[in-house]
Amino acid sequence: MTTMLPLQHDYDTIPGTTVFDGRLAMKGYALNKMCYSFNSAENRESYRQNPDAYCDLFQLTEEQRRALRHGNVAELIEAGGNIYYLAKWAGIYGITVQQIGAQERGITEEAFKEMLLRGEEA
Amino acid sequence: MAQIIGGIATSHIPAIGKAIAQGLQDQPYWKPFFDGYNPVQAWLRDEQPDIVVVIYNDHGLNFFLDKMPTFAVGAAAEYRNSDEGWGLPVSLPFPGYPEMSWHIIESLVRDEFDITMCQEMLVDHAFVVPLTLMWPERNARPVRVIPVAINTVQFPLPSPSRCFKLGAALSRAVESFDENLRVVVVGSGGLSHQLEGKRAGFINRKFDLSCLDRIVGNADDLTRMSVTELVRMAGVQGVELLNWLAMRGALTGSVTEKHRNYHVPISNTAAAVMVLENESVPAV
Repeated sequence: MTTMLPLQHDYDTIPGTTVFDGRLAMKGYALNKMCYSFNSAENRESYRQNPDAYCDLFQLTEEQRRALRHGNVAELIEAGGNIYYLAKWAGIYGITVQQIGAQERGITEEAFKEMLLRGEEA
Repeated sequence: MAQIIGGIATSHIPAIGKAIAQGLQDQPYWKPFFDGYNPVQAWLRDEQPDIVVVIYNDHGLNFFLDKMPTFAVGAAAEYRNSDEGWGLPVSLPFPGYPEMSWHIIESLVRDEFDITMCQEMLVDHAFVVPLTLMWPERNARPVRVIPVAINTVQFPLPSPSRCFKLGAALSRAVESFDENLRVVVVGSGGLSHQLEGKRAGFINRKFDLSCLDRIVGNADDLTRMSVTELVRMAGVQGVELLNWLAMRGALTGSVTEKHRNYHVPISNTAAAVMVLENESVPAV
């Protein structure tokens, strides 16, 4: 009998795609919990004033803090962040989902918007 | 008895809420999208529903990962919206109908859908945006609502087939409620989109258009898909199609398509809306 989560799932092979399953839920719980707290304007302001102190409250890992400092969504996803909660963190800085998409693809926001307007099968 | 007179499937992209708040409906970017809702509003004016069951997915307003229900049903007298963190104006509350909610809850659990029951439930943009598109008059609250939330955040997700069966169970629940009420079921979300990863911005027009065709008369074909296939074909967030399938499952009569509109893109998403009329088939 094993108590480990399966190491592989059939969705792991979908290119350019991360599925938020139990593995990431375990890894990212504190980060996601902190981001969930940003539903409150007061908490967003506390974070803006002193991100490090706010991260301390949720005991974020160094990897998570570094990803936040970099403002890098790919790193945040890697650190267990879920995009819906991360969007609340992004909201603090007025970062839009299109800016996130452009950053993920490594292209400019304009190029990303162009790509969407073409509606290509990416 | 209450009767399900139809279903509406619609996207719920937050940017729509912002566009409404800023009055951008007639701008070139938005007009082809918003014009797609005129026939929906006209159909609702003609059909005059009393109740709307909204099948949607919460994006981290009401539910967090500490306790994540696969299926949840609201049983509140009123449903409030709240700050989601990225600037969408907070909408006025929506009136509920707790007696009907509890009837639905009892019927679903009797039918072996062991849902989570919520006497308090904040409703997010996935609930608010569709209702605002359907009744755009400011502060219009012409119907009572019953929210049904399906988890699309934390995998594993319920299968397309399971969501379709939830819809069928909802139909039995609604149509055994002993009051003459006209009920519309809304499936919120979609169509194809993916926000994160190297595949961010993924839109699959071919799959979307075939979904719109199949959901009318060949939904079985969609319910045979796995969640993984949905992710592959529609993008990670395109799994919101689960809400559409639950809506479609609730239409158990003779189904006629009254309207559809498909528009790419709104924000990062392929936007779609569809109206399906449901005519109950008399028992033989």
